[in-house]
Amino acid sequence: MYEFTYHKPQTIKDAISLFAKADDGIYLAGGHTLIPAMKVRLRAPTDVIDLSALDGLSGIHEESGALVIGALTTHDAVATSEVVARAIPALNKLAAGIGDAQVRNRGTIGGSVANNDPAADYPAGLMALDATIRTDRREISVDDFFTAMFETALEEDELIRSVSFPIVESATYIKFPSPASRYATVGVFISRQGGQVRVAITGAAACVFRCTEMETALSNNFAEDALDSIQLNADDMNGDMHASAEYRAHLCVVMAKRAVASLL
Amino acid sequence: MVQQSIGERVLRKEDLRFITGKGSYTDDINLPGQAYACFVRSPVAHAIIKGMDISTATAADGVIAVLTGEQVAEDGLGSLPCGWMVHSKDGSEMKQPFHPVMAADKINYVGEPVAIVVAETFLAAKNASELVEIDYEEIDAVVDISSAQSAADIYPEVPGNTVYNWELGEKADTEKAIREAAHVTRISLTNNRLIPNAIEPRAAIADYNTGTQDLTLYTTSQNPGLARLILTAFVQIAPEHKLRIIAPDVGGGFGSKIFVYSEETALAWASKKLGIPIKWTAERSESFVADAHGRDHVTEVELAMDEEGHFLGLHVKTIANMGAYLSTFSAAVPTYLYGTLLAGQYKTPNIYVEVDAVVTNTAPVDAYRGAGRPEAAYLLERIVEVAAREMNLDPVEIRRRNFIAPSDFPYQTPVALEYDSGDYEASLNKALEMADYDGFSERKKEAASRGKKRGIGFSCYIEACGLAPSQLAGSLGAGVGLWESGEVRVNATGTVTVLTGSQSTGQGHETTFAQLVASKFGISIDDVEVIHGDTGKLDFGMGTYGSRSLVVGGSALSKAADKVIAKGKKIAAHMLDSDVEDIDFEDGEFRVRKSNQSKTFQEIAFAAYVPHDYPLEELEPGLSEKAFYDPANFTYPAGTHICEVEIDPDTGVVDIIKFTAVDDFGIIINPMIVEGQVHGGIAQGIGQALLEQCIYDETGQLLTGSYMDYCMPRADDLPSFEVGMTCTPCTHNPIGAKGCGEAGAIGSPPAVINAITDALGIMEMDMPATSERVWRAMQQAGGA
Repeated sequence: MYEFTYHKPQTIKDAISLFAKADDGIYLAGGHTLIPAMKVRLRAPTDVIDLSALDGLSGIHEESGALVIGALTTHDAVATSEVVARAIPALNKLAAGIGDAQVRNRGTIGGSVANNDPAADYPAGLMALDATIRTDRREISVDDFFTAMFETALEEDELIRSVSFPIVESATYIKFPSPASRYATVGVFISRQGGQVRVAITGAAACVFRCTEMETALSNNFAEDALDSIQLNADDMNGDMHASAEYRAHLCVVMAKRAVASLL
Repeated sequence: MVQQSIGERVLRKEDLRFITGKGSYTDDINLPGQAYACFVRSPVAHAIIKGMDISTATAADGVIAVLTGEQVAEDGLGSLPCGWMVHSKDGSEMKQPFHPVMAADKINYVGEPVAIVVAETFLAAKNASELVEIDYEEIDAVVDISSAQSAADIYPEVPGNTVYNWELGEKADTEKAIREAAHVTRISLTNNRLIPNAIEPRAAIADYNTGTQDLTLYTTSQNPGLARLILTAFVQIAPEHKLRIIAPDVGGGFGSKIFVYSEETALAWASKKLGIPIKWTAERSESFVADAHGRDHVTEVELAMDEEGHFLGLHVKTIANMGAYLSTFSAAVPTYLYGTLLAGQYKTPNIYVEVDAVVTNTAPVDAYRGAGRPEAAYLLERIVEVAAREMNLDPVEIRRRNFIAPSDFPYQTPVALEYDSGDYEASLNKALEMADYDGFSERKKEAASRGKKRGIGFSCYIEACGLAPSQLAGSLGAGVGLWESGEVRVNATGTVTVLTGSQSTGQGHETTFAQLVASKFGISIDDVEVIHGDTGKLDFGMGTYGSRSLVVGGSALSKAADKVIAKGKKIAAHMLDSDVEDIDFEDGEFRVRKSNQSKTFQEIAFAAYVPHDYPLEELEPGLSEKAFYDPANFTYPAGTHICEVEIDPDTGVVDIIKFTAVDDFGIIINPMIVEGQVHGGIAQGIGQALLEQCIYDETGQLLTGSYMDYCMPRADDLPSFEVGMTCTPCTHNPIGAKGCGEAGAIGSPPAVINAITDALGIMEMDMPATSERVWRAMQQAGGA
């Protein structure tokens, strides 16, 4: 790790102002992506702005038909939350499958969402649940949020306050973890609301995406065999030493069928 | 008195300090005034160093010195040696490239050290390491093992990139057996390259005292005595009597901490040059590129049989990757620890093996848990399984038909070794019962009803431990002896201090050896303290590798304890006014036979040090004895492993449902510790079979350089193992023990792969059997 200046602001305003003043500032939430990258010197910020003292950014509550999770809420808090279990239990399951206990005790939903790792779990949940990302300055619809690998619609200094998930009739998340990293080789999140089905897939491509073919097929007939004829194009998939594009394309359909089966 | 006898599950004495954080590892040690080192490593695999500028780094804040490979060369440090000279089939000596402590003019693998930055803090050293400017002129890297021999030479002194063409066995007889056989089974396989990953990275502190001119090296070593010999005799760092090597608590090694590496050597040299203590602790990223890797063979095998499946001949052709340099034991691994094991548990009359060892632009490859024996067991148990299927024989039956029978011992194999004892049917039968082989077909049906493919796989492995004897090893090219030293010091109050040349990296020496000595003397293990890992305290010792600690080191202690008892009898005879021939020693008492006169062990100890009633004219005072033990033969642990898997046909995921291991380790001192060794070994074997794969790209960059990409087995990848034991004692050591440290890693991989191929009804599957590989195999077989 290179040397850097550490800040712990008390207000969002101070955090943004520190960011503006820094040569190469970065916000620190749970740190489970940032700190390892800094340790191996892949990231070298001049200023690390620790968000942990900011008020009102963690916590989980229901709010007019939506589940609202504060940006600094840890994965473990989501995994074990009874509020989440009543509203959208699929998010308990998603959070419980992130990393290991140490990661879940530190890592946060806001950090994961802002980082937009192509193999992270949360982006699939946000996308399939049609979530809204609330920041210090605006609300962003998830369909506009995840723009590319490790890129989002957030402005450089913009901070996520919370994520709001509309409560749906049913939803689930099925993940095929990489045996080494336990990130998603493929993760499929499916939600149903009023006959509409949303399917979001993470891990498989450069960025989380909605699989419209599956959504159409499942909106017409919510059954495993509705997916029989679907073959995703391997050209759109990631291929690496852990899983070829062809295998990932295959796993997307297998995981989607399993998700459907678990919702029937 | 606490439990103490041989065969009892005594809790480990060392665990209190390990579990409560009171262990002392190398990185826990800090010396006054110590500086910190960071190595500058090559980012490219193969290059000429055209120039190096250390001026900016040297001038950076906190930097004490930047020392380079060029300065190493100027100081005339020797090549890091390979301790085993293997000869090619034409009688020529192996071709050994010069292995510099740090590279001076040419780079041969990614991560090779080029310079060492010594600074007041680690951060300063690390920062300055990035300021060393090096001009590399890259050369095409030789990475692929199969084409290495036809690639451009990496070293002029190693033509064809071939270190040796070694052979063992009768070529003509084996080829004739194959030509004339009723059936020949042929397979090709790879033994995947592994990265060791001890939980404690390598670390060292070198401390040169300019006043006494003593050099002390604290380091993570499995064999401090051997390290001292190599650093003295070959690298000429310091005279042996002025060099002290201390290996404190060591957190795992699996072979990777046997070797004498560049970093520790460079540190010792730098400390001497600068006159200050210098500390280095590897970062995990360094461990991946700079620890010696394991395995990495490609092999073709042919097995000839008669109509009934009796083995007639085995022909093996292997290319073994040595990496860029010949590490300390590397040359012996794919030869004397591999070819000699190819008889396995079977009476194959004709065996011939040839091995080409090649150099490549990758990290050096050396002994890793099992070292050559897993590679032998893997190919043999794979081809036996394939042969059974081709011959329509039950995999158990084909093995039974070919087993060496208990009455055949001692059994001379066609590949040099003479097995002393064993009962292979016994371990097979016990394993079959524990695994409920009879119920397998029902379980397979039940799994099929759930849409799963279930398979069962066998492995009847043998291994050879306690590499020996010294004279034979020497005639085969070993550069060192293979004995062990031990000392048993009885203190005046009857407690005992035991010193051993064996070195624990977590195996539990402090308990097992205490149990061994306590049971000899009939005292509590709490009264025995085991000391190891410090050449300043111990006689020269050979350390721990090849499952040798108990069978060689324990035997030395057993002999030393016998000497103590013999002297104790003389003291007792004097005190009890009896003839020494009439003194028996049992349960901690020296007793005049057929009388009620006796002295306790403690009374005799006290008399030895307070010799008032003592035969001083005939006997020296004191009660402390040493022994050096050189074994007459290897020991031959063997057993049967049975793996049962279920495969998800949609994803290719392999789930190990049950894993049964029945091992014959001879006499066992502490079954709890032995089972722990078996569990760990199986976990590593399953890691190799399903998860672990070291991958270099075609330019020699390591792609699997972190745990994000190199998959270590975790608890949830593994079932709860079923472990059983059988026992045929070793016939030639005083304990009857055979060694247990590596068996799990040797026996398990073929059982796993055989189970997978059985489930899928296919013949071939390479390790690691990743879900994608299994899925593709099913696609090819039309099974999914």
